[in-house]
Amino acid sequence: MDYSQFLMMPQEIGLLVVFLLVFLYDTFMPTKTLKGLPLFATVVFGIFTIFSFLPVPDGMVFGEMFESNKATWAMKNILNIGMFIVLLQSIKWANSDFVSIRRGEFYELIILTLFGMYLMISGRHFLLFVIGLETASLPLATLVAFEKKYYESHEAAAKYVLTAVFSSAIMLLGLSFVYGLTGTLYFTDIATMIVGDKSLLLIVALAFLISGVGYKLSLVPFHLWTADVYQGAPTMVTSYLSVISKGSAAFAFFVILVQVFGAAYAPVWEWMLYAIIVITITVGNLFAIRQRNLKRFLAFSSISQAGYIMLGVISANAVGMASMMYYILVYIFSNLAAFGVIAVIERKTGKVTTDDYNGLFKTNPWLAFVMMLAMFSLGGIPPFAGFFSKFFIFLGAAKTGSVAIYVLVLIALINTIISLYYYLLVVKAMFIRQDDCVIPALKSHWTERAGLWICTLGIILIGLVSCIYTSLSDITSSLTSMFSMI
Amino acid sequence: MEIFSNMLIYFVIIPVLTLAGLALTKNKGIDAIRAVAVTGATALVALAIYLVIFFLHARATGETSDMILQTSVTWYEPLNIKLALGVDGVSVVMILLSAFIVFAGVFASWKMDPLPKQFFLWFFLLSTGVFGFFISIDLFTMFMFYEVALIPMYLLIGVWGSGNKNYSAMKLTLMLMGGSAFLMLGLIGIYFHSAHEGQQLTMNILEIAKNDAIPHNWQYYLFPLTFVGFGVLGAMFPFHTWSPDGHASAPTAVSMLHAGVLMKLGGYGCFRIAIFLMPFAAQQLGWIFLTLTGISIVYGAFSACVQTDLKYINAYSSVSHCGMVLFAILMFNKTAMTGAVLQMLSHGLMTALFFALIGMIYGRTHTRDIREMGGLMHIMPYLGVGYVIAGFASLGLPGLSGFVAEMTIFVGSFEHQDMFRRVLTIAATTSIVITAVYILRVVGKLLYGAVQDEHHRTLTDADATERISTATLIIAVAIIGCFPNFFIDIIRDSFTPVVKALTSVM
Repeated sequence: MDYSQFLMMPQEIGLLVVFLLVFLYDTFMPTKTLKGLPLFATVVFGIFTIFSFLPVPDGMVFGEMFESNKATWAMKNILNIGMFIVLLQSIKWANSDFVSIRRGEFYELIILTLFGMYLMISGRHFLLFVIGLETASLPLATLVAFEKKYYESHEAAAKYVLTAVFSSAIMLLGLSFVYGLTGTLYFTDIATMIVGDKSLLLIVALAFLISGVGYKLSLVPFHLWTADVYQGAPTMVTSYLSVISKGSAAFAFFVILVQVFGAAYAPVWEWMLYAIIVITITVGNLFAIRQRNLKRFLAFSSISQAGYIMLGVISANAVGMASMMYYILVYIFSNLAAFGVIAVIERKTGKVTTDDYNGLFKTNPWLAFVMMLAMFSLGGIPPFAGFFSKFFIFLGAAKTGSVAIYVLVLIALINTIISLYYYLLVVKAMFIRQDDCVIPALKSHWTERAGLWICTLGIILIGLVSCIYTSLSDITSSLTSMFSMI
Repeated sequence: MEIFSNMLIYFVIIPVLTLAGLALTKNKGIDAIRAVAVTGATALVALAIYLVIFFLHARATGETSDMILQTSVTWYEPLNIKLALGVDGVSVVMILLSAFIVFAGVFASWKMDPLPKQFFLWFFLLSTGVFGFFISIDLFTMFMFYEVALIPMYLLIGVWGSGNKNYSAMKLTLMLMGGSAFLMLGLIGIYFHSAHEGQQLTMNILEIAKNDAIPHNWQYYLFPLTFVGFGVLGAMFPFHTWSPDGHASAPTAVSMLHAGVLMKLGGYGCFRIAIFLMPFAAQQLGWIFLTLTGISIVYGAFSACVQTDLKYINAYSSVSHCGMVLFAILMFNKTAMTGAVLQMLSHGLMTALFFALIGMIYGRTHTRDIREMGGLMHIMPYLGVGYVIAGFASLGLPGLSGFVAEMTIFVGSFEHQDMFRRVLTIAATTSIVITAVYILRVVGKLLYGAVQDEHHRTLTDADATERISTATLIIAVAIIGCFPNFFIDIIRDSFTPVVKALTSVM
């Protein structure tokens, strides 16, 4: 075996080193020093995040199963940034009373799921993709059940693991159809085998594949687990589920649809996705209006946000891909800001409903301000980053130019107004309601504040500083071979 | 950085610096907050006056390009989005108007309570959006600034408003953002048809107009989207319903800014983007919107007649007057369009004056219901005279701004030979009479009737800051009324390109 192949995957190796360091610290350090484990893991991961910005070589390794290029590199970096914020915000929580004895597992498992996502992003063979998907899904069930004291946490984990397994099974069935028809699981080989051949079985396989990934992305109608799991899981795990897990799945989905089914089946999956996007955005929005629990509220909001991310997928062009990655980056900052605030307040007071947030501005102006920025960014209000990401993702979708896509964009735009309504409800609760706030003035831990500061700067700067979108766009427009099929 | 040598960018930088300055003040330091706000507003007025002088000088020395002070800096290179600045006569007077209203608004909210710091923060964020919109000639930046101007309204009304403020704030925000959703689709459509095959797509308005590449069948979709998008903000019937509720609940300065400046963004956008870029569809579909705006004019005026809340009266009167702006723009000739801009100026100042006075009266009597007030002229003569002057401006008394604007509009509209436009014009002129009815009704009841509430006899007249803010506006209204040619000269030639584009597709 040629070990130089491993040089093509420096980010994966680096992540494994981080994992091993955390594992060794957890296993061999004296019990007294374990309190420092969360900070240690975060710092090590932070260093890794910085180093993983070093450029990686382009190419395929391991019998062309694993691809490394600029786009996968950028996507992994985007995930790393989000992961770093999640780790930073969870330090204080991981040292709290009921969690602290298992904090080692938390960091080890969460890093492993990220490793699975790396494989999903880089895999160019369905076997590697499925392994990545499972590595990313199953440890998450453990993390969802992490607060074992709470009944909801158990229920959420059971729901999560059952739907995960079921959807994986369906997806594997679809993949076995594909294998049966083509005799290969390589992306590029399948793409060349199925050109010009429109068999019903392959369309069914495609539908199965979409439902499998749709579950990860919590697209309607595969979203039923989302609200309960988001509510029951520890807030840090929820925020991880809602941004990192979703972002990686969206990217992998894009690659599969364009690279494997792009040539002959683009019209087929475009219409499937068209319907899915319309109902995802609409159902997510309509259900979010009624939610009083902020975690459930953000669960439905994240369902509709996934619909917007899918607008980048349906575009299937370089602008759409850049816009999708940019959207995921912005979404990471906005959603983590919202979850960061919720986590602080929940950890200190245990309160998570919008009614508890009435008059929050009077007691905690800084937290209320960050929450407002997050809501404005999610709602797509300029000059915050969410406006730019929404505009670009609509632009990417409309680039395909058909009237049907314009109608889709119009539906999505009308839905942004509905979403603005419920985002403004939170702002209203915090700023306009004059009731006495049940949440006293809080002093958050410095790590939580640091996480919120990063999110705030991200929300304000990512849009105004154009170089991030520009470099993403340069990267995707260099992937000529990928889009040559469409 | 070449952009900083362009004075236009300072119309955005000054409000942003004011925001930064306000952020540094202490919550309780009311004097510091006022000082920062007044400094920012004064700087804006000074710069706006300088811009007018600069513009006149440039035109006098033979500068004939459509837009002066053009600069463009690449922002999002892959999508060819630029920070492109430039002004013509219309934008110059709009900037001047906005600066004046912001200035008067700062004084009108002198005693703002509670949270004065946060109030001024949102107030100046809104101004940033307004000025940014008027100086931009790039669709993306225009749209961005447009939305920046809209969203502070939600908190300004929601936190500092009165009455049914939650409902009004939400309704206003959602309707305006709904309009901007249509607008965004329209802009995206324009962008993808902005250039001929082989040329680079662009967001620059002047380039799009020069390319003239939007296919006629696409114009049929994109024109209504953009026109309705801006028309919502221009209070076009049937999308005007946010306006009365919003105005009624908003605090004084916000009503001033909203009626005085924000609603102008709608008219300006209709003319600058919808009609200028898609003249073919404007000619073909103009009659639909002309009918709607005609309805706005008459319907707004009639609605104002039956209202008893002072703010509702002026909100419906705004619907009528803003309808007149869009009506005149849709007449597609220079005279009527010049009248439209004069009407924007006139309505902006006059309505700001109205809302300032209403705020002052309300601050004393604690009611806005005209049935509960009367004989205020004896009690507060300064405010009473101010109200009468504003009313006369509104019903078009010669010597004040309203007369000039409406006269120009109707003369321009009647230039058209066809029966449809003439009938509509005649119908619209009836609004002058109806305006007189509701204005005189209010003046008679509010100022001259018997004193309704004995408690009102103890009230005081305007104090110094209130006199400053109303006197500024009254003088401005009179200046436009007496010297309209000064403004007409600035405005009129700016319509040459759009009228040329419109006649070329006839």
